[in-house]
Amino acid sequence: MTTLTALCTLVAIGILAIILGYIAMRGIGALNLRFLVDSPRPVGEGGGIGNAIVGSAVLLLLSCAVGIPLGIATGVYLSEFGGGMFSSVVRFLVDTLTGIPSIVTGVFIYAVVVLRMKHFSAFAGGIALALIMIPIVARTTEEMIKLVPHSLREGALALGAPQWRVTLGVVIPAAASGIATGAMLAIARVSGETAPLLFTAFGSRFFPRNLNEPIASLTVQIYNYAISPYDEWHAQAWAATLVLMTLILGINILVRFLTRKKF
Amino acid sequence: MSDWRRRLSPTGNTGDAIFRAAMFAVALLMLLIVVAMILALASHSTLSIRQFGFGFLTNREWDPIKGQFGALAFIYGTIVSSLIALIISVPLSLGIAIFLVEQAPYFLSRPITFLVELLAAIPSVVYGLWGIFVLAPFLRVYVEPPLARWFGWLPLFQGPITGIGLLTGGIILAIMVTPIISAVVRDVLSAVPNTQREAALALGATKWETTLVVLVNAAPGIAGAVILGLGRAIGETMAVTMVIGNRPEISLSLFQPSYTLASVIANEFTEATADIYLSSLVELGLILFFVTFVVNAIARLLVWRVTRRTTGVGLAV
Repeated sequence: MTTLTALCTLVAIGILAIILGYIAMRGIGALNLRFLVDSPRPVGEGGGIGNAIVGSAVLLLLSCAVGIPLGIATGVYLSEFGGGMFSSVVRFLVDTLTGIPSIVTGVFIYAVVVLRMKHFSAFAGGIALALIMIPIVARTTEEMIKLVPHSLREGALALGAPQWRVTLGVVIPAAASGIATGAMLAIARVSGETAPLLFTAFGSRFFPRNLNEPIASLTVQIYNYAISPYDEWHAQAWAATLVLMTLILGINILVRFLTRKKF
Repeated sequence: MSDWRRRLSPTGNTGDAIFRAAMFAVALLMLLIVVAMILALASHSTLSIRQFGFGFLTNREWDPIKGQFGALAFIYGTIVSSLIALIISVPLSLGIAIFLVEQAPYFLSRPITFLVELLAAIPSVVYGLWGIFVLAPFLRVYVEPPLARWFGWLPLFQGPITGIGLLTGGIILAIMVTPIISAVVRDVLSAVPNTQREAALALGATKWETTLVVLVNAAPGIAGAVILGLGRAIGETMAVTMVIGNRPEISLSLFQPSYTLASVIANEFTEATADIYLSSLVELGLILFFVTFVVNAIARLLVWRVTRRTTGVGLAV
């Protein structure tokens, strides 16, 4: 039986190796410095993903600015003031929000932001990504804060600190590295999101100039190039994927390395 | 000390009252977001709900030019592709989880766990890209022809072989949900108290029989993990959109192109010019929201039951 279960594991790892192998193999060919800084050009003229890299960075910054504080605050509420009926409901909703398909988040943001502003924008894309980040950050924050020993809280309270200073000055700093890893994993997760950006940030062939207009992103660019009929664009899609995967794997391995020391 | 402070915070400290109120406001915001999601999706799909009513769910025709919109073809595509995904990924995930929790030595299980989790870190669009250019051609040449030759008498494996269709979509989904199901099963198996294993071994059970005891103990949690995977498969968008063929048809053959709820929204949302067209697409989103909400809720409750019950036992011991 052990052979069988080991085989299952091997299959999964084998698929991972095959996927990563293909990305490295096909991606490296079209990758060069020009490709990384240029904006897209018509078929046959080369072009690059510079605008998409900048666009993705802008979208990530926007989503972090909204999603991380809200996620941490929700996590703090759940761990420090949780216990009642209301917090159970919130915890349940946050958990279920994680399972809501990201495309539905996109439709929601389209309805409440894009339709109201009457155009696609970086803002809308950033908010859509933030909505996906919040539950991830909230739950890791809650778990990490729960790991902070009670004696630490009691010590600070005994010294006469009010609860808010205990939470902000003692508990959160004690859990900071855990919260940071949660935030990093959330960043890795949303940096690969495509579906919620299709009709919020939409995409663009130019470098972003302001946040109120459509903006390019690596993932949407990969999608558009992958389903195009041109071999040149397919090659660029693989190269863009290599860039994206370097970022995502980099974050995952870094998180792994950071948490290894702790536990 | 004024009354409102005391009511907001037991310590009666102003800072505490403000802090508590602020955190509460954010938590309330989470609740409001979910409510707003339901309201926004519902209000933007009223047009199609009014026009088609319940028939929307049973009508298989989706013709934007004629203004005919029915969701049946997408519901069918979603269910079948998710089922294929589960049929492949559930045994695979169980094998992985059993290997990691019950059999593998610690120095192996930690890095392997990380590698399997990396599968979940790969974005959907990357799976789609790989699906189009690697998996689909592979299935077209090496998998679908033998299936057609040996099992061609089944309606499931008939028709033209293109590599793009329900089967490819299902297999991509299987790869994508395997790390999710196996991670939850792993947690659930580790939550089964060691006393169970020791008791089984003490009664003379073999290692494999002991594992069976553990599995039986963890059964509700495993069911939860499978349902969680189902929820993920139902809502998965990009990868499926890229390999399933995107044709609103109901066909028994797994080789035929199909369409899912999520992929039709991704594909047609920006093209929808008529109000009723857009409204119908939003209604598909509403259906997707409710289905995944219910599926996730059931899954969470099942998983909670096991992990809570067993931690309770662990505390008692």
